[in-house]
Amino acid sequence: MTIEARFHINRGGFTLDVDLSVPARGVTGLFGPSGCGKTSLLRAIAGLEYHRDGFLKVDDTIWQDAERFVPPHRRSLGYVFQEASLFTHLTVRGNLEYGLRRVPRAERRIPFNNAIELLGIRHLLERRSDTLSGGERQRVAIARALAVSPGLLLMDEPLAALDLASRQGLLPYIESLHDELEIPAIYVSHTLEEIARLADHLILLEAGRVVATGAVNEMLTRLDLPLAHGSGAASIVEAVVVGHDQEYHLTHLDFVGGRFIVPRRAVPTGGHVRLRLAARDVSLTLERQSQTSIQNIFAATVDQVIPEGKAQVMVRLLVADVPILSRITQKSAVELNLKPGKSVYAQVKSVTLLA
Amino acid sequence: MMFSEADLTALVITFKLAVITTITLLLLGTPLAWWLARTHWRFKFMLEAVVALPLVLPPTVLGFYLLIALGPNGPVGGLVEWLGGRPPAFTFAGLVIGSVIYSMPFVVQPLQDAFSTIGRRPLEVAATLRASPLDSFFSVAVPLARPGFLTAAVLGFAHTVGEFGVVLMIGGNIPGATQVVSIAIYDHVEGLEYAHAHWLSGGLMLMSFIMLMVVYALNRRFRVVRP
Repeated sequence: MTIEARFHINRGGFTLDVDLSVPARGVTGLFGPSGCGKTSLLRAIAGLEYHRDGFLKVDDTIWQDAERFVPPHRRSLGYVFQEASLFTHLTVRGNLEYGLRRVPRAERRIPFNNAIELLGIRHLLERRSDTLSGGERQRVAIARALAVSPGLLLMDEPLAALDLASRQGLLPYIESLHDELEIPAIYVSHTLEEIARLADHLILLEAGRVVATGAVNEMLTRLDLPLAHGSGAASIVEAVVVGHDQEYHLTHLDFVGGRFIVPRRAVPTGGHVRLRLAARDVSLTLERQSQTSIQNIFAATVDQVIPEGKAQVMVRLLVADVPILSRITQKSAVELNLKPGKSVYAQVKSVTLLA
Repeated sequence: MMFSEADLTALVITFKLAVITTITLLLLGTPLAWWLARTHWRFKFMLEAVVALPLVLPPTVLGFYLLIALGPNGPVGGLVEWLGGRPPAFTFAGLVIGSVIYSMPFVVQPLQDAFSTIGRRPLEVAATLRASPLDSFFSVAVPLARPGFLTAAVLGFAHTVGEFGVVLMIGGNIPGATQVVSIAIYDHVEGLEYAHAHWLSGGLMLMSFIMLMVVYALNRRFRVVRP
C-alpha cells in the first residue's frame, strides 16, 4: 500500500523535481513554505495538470507512466480545493449528489448519510451554496469529495482561506475523517500546527524538492530539519486515556515512556489522543525532582544537542523510544554537561491535547 | 387598416429569419466561444478579430462580398450550383447565411465572456467528481453560463431583426421572399406611406420591449452588454 510519484515539472523559472514513495494509509502531510510546489505536486497527482515523463502509482493502479495518462475523472480520488468551489447553480444537496450519481452503485463504499453526518451538514442540504459561511462551504466541499468514495483523498490547504474561528471549527471534522474512515489522504499545508494535529506521515518540500519524508513525530524532532527549530518547535506523543482522577479533575494518559497527568478532558477511557509538547516547555534535570509543581517527569536519554541561536540549544531526547525536544539555554547545557547518551529527567510543564 | 398583406409577410419572414439565425448562431457560437475561452493558442487573437469584424465593417461592405461569394459566379454560389442547388444569393437561405455572419459577434462575445468568467475551477471540481469533459460542459459550464446564453440569444435575435444593409444587399428586397420589416419600413417612408411605416415601426418597438422585459423578468442577473 504505497503511493509512488515521480514528477519533473519545469515552468517559467520554477522547477519541481520529486521522486516519492509514501505509505497509502493514514494522513500524509505535504508541508513546505508558500511557493515550494505543494499545490503543483497535488494537482499532478490528481491529474489536473499533465506533465510529461511523470510516473504515478497508487497501490497497484498506475495513473501515469510513459504510455498511460488516466484522466482525473477516471481516477478514484477526492479533491478538496483551498476555496470550497461549490457549484453555485446547485443546492448543497445538488453539490453532494453531483459526484455520487457518477459513481456506480457497487463502488459506493461511503454511505451518503455518513458523509453528511461526519461533516455535520444535514441541516444545510436544501440551502443554496452561496448562502453558506466559509466554514460551512468547506465542510460541504469535503463531504462532496467523500461522497464519491475515493480511494485517495487530496486536500489542498482546506483551512487556508478561512478565518481563525472557522478554522478551529473545521479542524475537528477533518480529524474525525482520520479516525472514522480508512481513506488514505494527502494533506497540503504550510502550517506546522495543522500538520502536527492531522498527519501521520510527512513530506517536507522546499523549493520544488523533497527534503525529507518520514513518520511525523520523527520528522518534527529531526534536528537536521528546519521543523525542529524556531519558536514553534515541538514534539508529538501518542497516548491512551487510562483513567480520570475524580478528586482533582485530571486525566491520566499513558505512553510507552510513562504517564501524563493533565487537566481533565472529555475523552473516554481507552481513547487515543495526540499530545503536543512545545520544546520550550520541556526542562531538564539530572536528578528526579520530588518537591516540584510539575507532574509530568520522565526518565530520558540525551540523543543529540545542537546550538539554537547564540544563547540556546535544542536537545533531542528519547523517552523510551519516543523522541522529545527540549529547548534550554547554552549555559544550562554546559552546567549539566549534556552530551549524547547522558541520562536526564525531562520535566514537561504543559502539554496540548490535539485530538 | 393595420398591416397590409405584404407587411405581414415581411413580419413573418423577419421573425423566421431571426429565429433560425439565433438557433444557428447558438449552435455554432457555443463551441466556438468555448474554444476561444479555453485555448492557449497563440494566434487566437486573429480568429477573435475575424469574429468581431462585422462590428466595425459597414454592413454594405459585408453584404457586397457575401453577394459576390453566394452568387452563381462566386465560389460558394458556384459550388452550390455545381452540386445541383440554387445559388443562395437573393434567397431566404442567403439571408440566413448573411445574418449568421453579421450577428456572430453578438452571440460569440457574451458566450466567450461567460465561459471565461466561470474559469477552470468548476470544471476541475467536476473532473474530480467523475464527470467527463463533455459531461461537465453540459452539467456545469452551460448552467453557470446561463446569463451569457440569454444575453447572446437576445442580442443575436434583436440584431438580426434590426439588420438592414446586409439583407438588402444579399436578399435584394424581394417582397414575399427576402423583404424584411426594416426594409419594408424604408420602402414605406420612401413612398411617403407614413401610416404603414408607423404601424410597422411601432409594432417592432413594442415587440422588442416586451421581449426584453420578459428576459429581464426571467433572469434578474441578466445584463445586456452594449456591443
